[in-house]
Amino acid sequence: MPPDLLLAAIRLEHVLVLGALLFSIGILIALSKRNAVGVLMGVELMLNAVNVTLIAFARFVVSPRPLDGQVFAIFVITVAAAEAAVALALAVAVYRHRETVNIDEIDLLRW
Amino acid sequence: MITDTGIVVAFYVIGITTVASALMVAAVRDLIHAVLFLVLSFVGVAGIYVVLSADFVAVAQILIYAGAISVLLVFAVMLTPAGDRRNSETAFRAPAAVLAGLVLAVTVFVIYDTNWRIASHGQFGATAASLGRAFFKPYIVPFEVASVLLVAAMVGAIALTQEEGEDGAA
Amino acid sequence: MPALLTLITHNWYDIRDLSNLSGKIEQLIRDANGPGWLVFVVSALLGAAGIVSFIGVAAIINIWIERRVVGRMQSRLGPNRAGPFGLLQPVADAMKLMQKEVLQPKVADGLVFSLAPIAFTVPGILVMAVLPWGRNMALANVDAGVIFILALTSLGALAVFAGGYGSNNKYALFGAMRVIAMLVTYEIPSVLALLGLVLFSGTMNLSGIVLFQAKYWTPLLLVQPLPFIIYFISSSAELNRTPADLAEAESEIAGGYHVEYSGMKFGLFYAAELINAVSVSAIIATVFLGGWWFYKLDEVVPGWMIFIGKIYAVYFLFVWTRGTLPRFRIDQLLAFAWKWMTPMAFLNLVLVAAEVLIWNETGVSAGLVLPLYAVINTAFAGALIVAWVKVMGPKFSRFPERLRYYSQIDVPSLPAVAPRMDEGAPGLTEGRSA
Repeated sequence: MPPDLLLAAIRLEHVLVLGALLFSIGILIALSKRNAVGVLMGVELMLNAVNVTLIAFARFVVSPRPLDGQVFAIFVITVAAAEAAVALALAVAVYRHRETVNIDEIDLLRW
Repeated sequence: MITDTGIVVAFYVIGITTVASALMVAAVRDLIHAVLFLVLSFVGVAGIYVVLSADFVAVAQILIYAGAISVLLVFAVMLTPAGDRRNSETAFRAPAAVLAGLVLAVTVFVIYDTNWRIASHGQFGATAASLGRAFFKPYIVPFEVASVLLVAAMVGAIALTQEEGEDGAA
Repeated sequence: MPALLTLITHNWYDIRDLSNLSGKIEQLIRDANGPGWLVFVVSALLGAAGIVSFIGVAAIINIWIERRVVGRMQSRLGPNRAGPFGLLQPVADAMKLMQKEVLQPKVADGLVFSLAPIAFTVPGILVMAVLPWGRNMALANVDAGVIFILALTSLGALAVFAGGYGSNNKYALFGAMRVIAMLVTYEIPSVLALLGLVLFSGTMNLSGIVLFQAKYWTPLLLVQPLPFIIYFISSSAELNRTPADLAEAESEIAGGYHVEYSGMKFGLFYAAELINAVSVSAIIATVFLGGWWFYKLDEVVPGWMIFIGKIYAVYFLFVWTRGTLPRFRIDQLLAFAWKWMTPMAFLNLVLVAAEVLIWNETGVSAGLVLPLYAVINTAFAGALIVAWVKVMGPKFSRFPERLRYYSQIDVPSLPAVAPRMDEGAPGLTEGRSA
């Protein structure tokens, strides 16, 4: 690996690796947390990672309309806001009916 | 490729902070601590946007993620029982870690294997006005769909959380 | 270094705009072939030093102003012992706070508890960085400045929540949850109010908004009175100041989120509240009153002096409301935001959008259209407020139906209760008959 690859400059690959790291941490959280709110936090982290990638492409990659990546990122943020509101409402509603938000115990569909 | 020393240092500092606080979200035992670390991670991502000269998206990120979604998360945590506030893992912890590691490995391989068409254009100027123009010219339909989606989400959230017998709700 | 000395001693610079001075220093660095990053570091340090010193002095003086003015409004004297006119009282207070022991409850959440006061202070200071203090005197000329400000004000509430949660005290938690509820509620009207201004001036850049007002010689307050009222009320709710200081209501929840804080940590919360009040006053002075611009005065007087004067004019309004209004209940405050201010802000936004459209399409001269809009919007604001009071306000009655004195109340005598032997526990009946 040439020395300038790591610290002397920001290349597209560096930002993409950052996005990949955040995405895999998000997967880890979303798949392993016991609390429904914790799962949602993982999902939000994954959406953020995707946004980082989109912004990086907008900044670095040849495109006829270079701002499209940022437009997409804003759409993703909008959808994330809607998703967070509905998911948290779901968590509260589930708690009201089942007295728990532990996703191990929310298993009505299993029977 | 950005070679300005200050920006490169800023990118690495912010990036390491972001990833570290994201890891702390997975690691800490208290759910409120996890939310606070998540906010730190969101702010770090906003810093990355600033480095990549996306100033409007960065500000929107702070306003929506760090300001609004974190408040929603805090609300949800406080509305659910104290006993579930341990940020503990299910039995899927080890498979999830393996899967996350595999996803990371595959993406990193793809990232370094692909021949990206790198542009030579410099950083963007002020993006707010051109973003607005983009929203109202080529992206007008998705923009309207997004607003419909927000209204639907709002109505859905209210309908889900409304208690029975309150204002004649179902 | 000698070059810097001659700069200060021999060259007379236009002190009306401090950016000239910093520009000269940057020019010196460039001439001396200094590294590129040094220019940014030096200008950032200069701006930060200026802002932090202003904030430090303002926090000290505001304590005195606030206590004296509120004292005068409530027919008291206020602090008058330490120094002339009690001017040294804030210094004495600060020294007392520094000497006090910083206690931390054993059950407190250590890190969150300690970081909350700092996280509460930072946004208020950061707001100052994007405000234009003179024609070229914005430390960071952020393009989306208005949204940046809104984002920062929402971060402060999260810090308050962290403090209240970290204290592990039920009163502190009450305060914290009230802050979160008020933040969610009052974010909407304040965003909508500022959105009207952004529409009207056509830019989100704060310098651009000030330049718009300077160009047309019109403070936006005259053209848009309703957003001023809405933003003033909702920002005073976000600041936790007295008409809306539910998060720390001493008589209800014993100080709220800072009930467990003592010593300098409490001092930081106290100072940060004053700093946030100053920064919100500065925001209002920038977007509604024209910032550093004041007709022809800014050609003679330094712009930042005019700006500070406007900041304190708005700050006086905040002190005034604090000194004269009683505290709301939490349900009153939240209902006020949802039922009054949010619909009014929406209606105002629609009106402003129509006005901007008409102005752009017809191309009428600004001298004609701005006074017209000022009259229309003032009439609209007045009509809207009166209509809302008629429809939703509490009904006024000249002769209240409710009896006012205890002696007027006709208390019916209680019916005699005969002891019933057929039901109830035997112990109870025994007690009644005895």
